[in-house]
Amino acid sequence: MSKKNKWLSAPYLGFILCGTVIPLLAILYFALVDKNGSFTLSNLASVAEPVHLKALGLSLLLAFATTVICLLLAFPLGLLLRKSGGKKGFVIFLLILPMWMNFLLRTIAWKILLQKTGVINTILGALGLKSLDIINTPTAVVLGMVYDFLPFMILPIYNVMIKIDNSLIEAAYDLGASQARVIKDVLLPLSMPGIISGITMTFVPSMTTFAISEILGGGNISLIGNIIEGEFLRGGSRNVGSGLSMVMMVFILISMALLNKFDKNGEGTVV
Amino acid sequence: MKKVGKALYIGLIFLFLYLPIFTLIVMSFNNNERTSGIWYGFTLRWFGEIFENHDMLEALINTLVIAIVSAVIATVVGVAASVGIMAYSRRQRALVLQLTNIPLVNAEIVTAVSLMMAFAMFGISLGMGTILFSHICFCLPYVILNVLPKLRQTGTSTYEAARDLGAGPVKAFFSVVLPDIMPGVATGFLMSFTMSVDDFVITYFTRGAGINTLSTLIYSQQKRGIRASMCALSTVIFLIVLVVLLIRYFLGNRTADKTVKQ
Repeated sequence: MSKKNKWLSAPYLGFILCGTVIPLLAILYFALVDKNGSFTLSNLASVAEPVHLKALGLSLLLAFATTVICLLLAFPLGLLLRKSGGKKGFVIFLLILPMWMNFLLRTIAWKILLQKTGVINTILGALGLKSLDIINTPTAVVLGMVYDFLPFMILPIYNVMIKIDNSLIEAAYDLGASQARVIKDVLLPLSMPGIISGITMTFVPSMTTFAISEILGGGNISLIGNIIEGEFLRGGSRNVGSGLSMVMMVFILISMALLNKFDKNGEGTVV
Repeated sequence: MKKVGKALYIGLIFLFLYLPIFTLIVMSFNNNERTSGIWYGFTLRWFGEIFENHDMLEALINTLVIAIVSAVIATVVGVAASVGIMAYSRRQRALVLQLTNIPLVNAEIVTAVSLMMAFAMFGISLGMGTILFSHICFCLPYVILNVLPKLRQTGTSTYEAARDLGAGPVKAFFSVVLPDIMPGVATGFLMSFTMSVDDFVITYFTRGAGINTLSTLIYSQQKRGIRASMCALSTVIFLIVLVVLLIRYFLGNRTADKTVKQ
């Protein structure tokens, strides 16, 4: 296809300009001015306010916990599913199917399950066990996040793992490696690209959610997403909201940069 | 014993993934106006009430219209863009692809508030138009990332051959190139449609007052409890998708078996 076709991308460039570039410049602008339109750094500095700092810290902590738990659940699952062999289409089908029920509804279902008089506690009570009292606590929020984002950790890890050549693993066993050694030195490094994209796909959304914390935290738990949502939609200051959004974006960019560095190290050990 | 342990682990993970879905399906048969953890007896009446709950039907129609319109526009613009990008120099292409990646990497809430502020800056009032524009924007990367690799695979030789044999550029594209890249186009369209139906955050920040999709309607009900007819509607949608996917899965398997046998 010839150079003459370049103009075909013009509408898309329009969408990039109006839908990505200008909007990002818009929040940058609003982050740097006060409500009268004069320059200020106070919106960016407002992240240091105790309430905001606490929310940012809690968001980082819960997102980190969520990512670690998802990884610890997904990696062994990938190993087991890889061994069980075949039926790749069916495993992916089972993983994607739940996403066809609205994610807010599925999160609300956990609220029903975890309530003091909810299903899980009724069963525990019938068995004479202590009731599980985690609704409206950070634990419930982490559970909801793990639930919502676990498929995004499993899918990339599983996709990479089933492509690993079996002969590599057999070679490792033939050379006398134990099962633990094969996992640590063969399967783990070769799954690294999947693990990295899984971490990205769970960390960023759990760091920035406001719906899950609102539903399972019962309004008691304020993550950075809840603060930003409040500033924009519940009578806060849009300038402060823009400032916090910029700070959060920087945090995400730094985390991604660190992760990519780690990825390079991971690939380095493969070579 | 070891085998039992492994099966148990896989089983527990899938139980975890499906437990809320069973819960919602059970709730749609529960004889109580709003969802709760208590069983009030079996009823089918919420399935009948789907058609009487006008707010919900309107939200359903909005959701589907937004998803179809934005997936169609994103697919057309995205395919055209991919053909154009193929003609770019290496540097131009790298720049455009980096910009394409921004909405994928960025937090949804930042994308959402940035669009909202851009609309505010230019005095565009929030409504159906702003939702559609925003949905097209976040669907476009999925189309481009699925179509561009297919175009690269196809290369330019078949297109040039068609041109040499007298086909115009449009005819050459539609009868030679498009069939080759169709799998990528279809995946891009389906991903766009799915992303749009499932979206909550972007719609929540870019909608005008009084416009609801299923997601925003559900969120507005979450404090007082979800209406049982909403559970009934989701159960119906879920079962329809389940049947469609199962049929496609088994048909896919059968055709795959046939090609293997051949």
